[in-house]
Amino acid sequence: MNAINQSGWRPTAPQQGSSAAPTFTGNKGLMLEEALIFEIGDTHTTGVEVAEPVTATTKLGNLARTAPIGLPGLSEPETVRHYTRLSRQNYAIDLGLFPLGSCTMKHNPRLNEKVARLPGFADIHPLQPVDTVQGALGVINELAVWLIKLTGMHGVAMSPKAGAHGELCGILCIKAALEARGEGHRKVILVPESAHGTNPATAAFAGFKVEDIPATAQGRVDTAALKARLGPDVAGVMITNPNTCGLFERDLKAISDAVHAAGGYVYCDGANFNAIVGRVRPGDLGIDAMHINLHKTFSTPHGGGGPGSGPVVLSEALSPYGPLPFTERYADGHITLVEEETVGDRHPDSFGRMTAFHGQMGMFTRALTYILSHGADGLRQVAEDAVLNANYILRSLDGVLDAPFGDSGPCMHEALFSDDNLADGFSTIDIAKGLIDEGYHPMTMYFPLVVHGAMLVEPTETESKAALDQFIGALRSVAERAKAGDKALKTAPHFAPRSRLDETLAARKPVLVWKEPVPVAEAAE
Amino acid sequence: MRYLPLTDTDRGEMLAVIGAPSIDDLFVDVPEIARLDGPIHDLPMHASELAVERHMSALARRNLSAGEAPFFLGCGAYKHHVPASVDHLIQRGEFLTAYTPYQPEIAQGTLQMLFEFQTQVARLLGTDVANASMYDGSTACWEAIGMARRITKRGKAILSSGLHPHYVSVAKTMAKYTGDALETSAPTLTADTDIDTLIAAIDADTSCVVVQYPDILGRIADLRPLADACHAHKALLIAVVTEPVALGAIMSPGEMDADIVVGEGQSIGVGLQFGGPYVGLFGCKDKYVRQMPGRLCGETVDADGRRGFVLTLSTREQHIRREKATSNICTNSGLCALAFSVHMTLLGEAGLRALAATNHAGAVAAAERLAQVPGVRVINETFFNEFTVDLGQEARPIVRALADRGILAGVSLGRLYPGEDALANGLVIAVTETTTAEDVETLAAALQEVLA
Repeated sequence: MNAINQSGWRPTAPQQGSSAAPTFTGNKGLMLEEALIFEIGDTHTTGVEVAEPVTATTKLGNLARTAPIGLPGLSEPETVRHYTRLSRQNYAIDLGLFPLGSCTMKHNPRLNEKVARLPGFADIHPLQPVDTVQGALGVINELAVWLIKLTGMHGVAMSPKAGAHGELCGILCIKAALEARGEGHRKVILVPESAHGTNPATAAFAGFKVEDIPATAQGRVDTAALKARLGPDVAGVMITNPNTCGLFERDLKAISDAVHAAGGYVYCDGANFNAIVGRVRPGDLGIDAMHINLHKTFSTPHGGGGPGSGPVVLSEALSPYGPLPFTERYADGHITLVEEETVGDRHPDSFGRMTAFHGQMGMFTRALTYILSHGADGLRQVAEDAVLNANYILRSLDGVLDAPFGDSGPCMHEALFSDDNLADGFSTIDIAKGLIDEGYHPMTMYFPLVVHGAMLVEPTETESKAALDQFIGALRSVAERAKAGDKALKTAPHFAPRSRLDETLAARKPVLVWKEPVPVAEAAE
Repeated sequence: MRYLPLTDTDRGEMLAVIGAPSIDDLFVDVPEIARLDGPIHDLPMHASELAVERHMSALARRNLSAGEAPFFLGCGAYKHHVPASVDHLIQRGEFLTAYTPYQPEIAQGTLQMLFEFQTQVARLLGTDVANASMYDGSTACWEAIGMARRITKRGKAILSSGLHPHYVSVAKTMAKYTGDALETSAPTLTADTDIDTLIAAIDADTSCVVVQYPDILGRIADLRPLADACHAHKALLIAVVTEPVALGAIMSPGEMDADIVVGEGQSIGVGLQFGGPYVGLFGCKDKYVRQMPGRLCGETVDADGRRGFVLTLSTREQHIRREKATSNICTNSGLCALAFSVHMTLLGEAGLRALAATNHAGAVAAAERLAQVPGVRVINETFFNEFTVDLGQEARPIVRALADRGILAGVSLGRLYPGEDALANGLVIAVTETTTAEDVETLAAALQEVLA
């Protein structure tokens, strides 16, 4: 056997007599199988050169490391090749349309990356004297001003590290405000079915009791049911707008007024803000708190799972309770950082700190760069094009896929379909995996829960008409195959780096770290 | 508006397909009261790439960057050299612009990397398993306290006085709402850590003891007696590592029987960035894996029997469990985890150990030099690359005075512990492989002048 075969990866042996014999490396269109670093590296190899220590004296007490750690190293060329090969097994927005609903994958301009890497932003420490970081504080302050004006709100908490962290921030502000009013007994948060799944998790995590409010047959909050549930035990509601069915919550102002009249607060999940930015100010709808996912609306890259950034805009009622730290700009232009030291005198009601430092500065620079590129006029165009693209997809697939809320009015940022009219035994997952073979990342599947076999398609504003037409063609083709009962769809994808993966096995017998394979002789004993 | 590819002709054709006379007809569900009839007033209009870059560069120039000055700040964020190939690889569009790997067949690059990251982190921390990263070290620390509450069904956490005060602040914020009782105090400017005090404080209500290693003043303590004491009371030991490079030189907390080890991974591969994005590390013993927060990547096979990777055990997560979810984590720090993993792969064990040795040696030399400055007393008997000096007078104005001379001299304890007069004279100084002997000499000479 060839020595290379002894590692854990599985080259496929060429088969005799086959006209389309798999290659030894598994190469298919220059896509090579790639071993794990633990299988190709060793603990003696390194790709860096470190200066020799200047002294042998140690101050490590009796804890100097003696045992090996087990970290494999690769040379620099091997490292570059390993990760470059891995990168080729990923789908990404740079490769094509990424129609994940509620996740808003749009073009990530490289100017953002260039600016974020300027040493004045990338190479400054969070605890430097504030006089030496006036430009960084200026970025935070300038972005804060944009967020406040675009949303029509009173203040903004910049430090939350992601959307879910922002939700928690908003809920903690509500809790602090209630306690300041002596109404800490309000323990119920109402969450409509048309809201994001993270909303109830956040409310429960902060110690609230979550009660669901049903959606109407048209995919919006059942306003009557919500109003009927309001009372002295309700702390507030968490609404997603535009909601997770892709629709604008028409009654939001009336809901806000009712919630306020009943002594509660309104939290809005702003994940889908790109559909209304520059056309609607949530503050005008009576919102008290709303997080904004910077990667969704303002194009900071998501990097295969973060980092996110979730600033929270706040109403006048909630602003005093926002977290530390925050910036304040004086008339002379100087910006201060309000931390624990100064908070007592000037901001006694802040609920405290959510994270060690100031939030996702690297994301702030990228978001501000994107905002300045678009300007107030361009951001309004963002919303218009996002909504136009989503409705174009919705209407172009009339009669092809079932659209449960297709008659509920224009959709906003995303088009929602169901698997209702597919052949028996075919469902959303088959459409999704079929799309992979067409060269597309699938849409969001089985979410929102209010729709059976939901398919949530969000094109975003940075797709051209030609790109949309090609995607619509691919989705129509896959849908027609699923309606015709094409069995090949059940085993899709066929043209991806992997065929369908066994997720049940992964959950039942979790293998979360690599371990040395047991030699065959030992295993047999 | 160079990021918006539709032309007015496209828009017209698309509206015709939709059957809407104008774009306004797509916003009919927005109530009158909330409609804006044009761009929001008093905000600037769109700008060219050149104009934006000029504006942002001007802001960047108003900051004194670490590379421009003799630089000695640490306390949870460290300046290390990041090899150029790390930044190159994380900027590959297939990594940079991918989403969370929900479709594993076309996300094996991210998933295999996360599996490798989990293994690297588990080995570094000395734990059985690790997750695919958290927001940062401070939120990972708070999530660990919550995890200890779920495992022990107890609600009293004892926080070491050596735990980063911002981490303590985050835990306090969250404890107000989760109902955990937290016991903590400020450190003292001495060489002694509080291990004995912590051991004495453990009782039958204790869910966990949280200890930082090396601690906020840079001191290193043997955690084994503390682990034994925790386990004798059926409480968990949570260790927090804010400088993971240290683990190339000293035993890991996991090797000393800590149950959960969390950390800030910024030192490996991730720049300072004024505090974020960073990458939280989170490892624990095997038996607690189903209580561990955050994303997990697991190995499995595909329909053709080939090894592959998927996100797994997601039934703990918020978007699925709704109000029964066990953490605030929705996403992870995927790209920062990639940076960490690439840098760690470049280092390998040999490189990490060499890097750790260089950091430590540089810090020892700096401590010896600064101890010669009249009025400076090094309090540490043990440290890795960060130590604390007592200046005999308030450190904060000294730091400002040194900044005026272009020296970024360390973190004054007055900034971290406002109101704690006993700590006001303390200055925490970090030395890494980026610090030169000339930098140390510059700091020593300037300190001598300023203190005189």
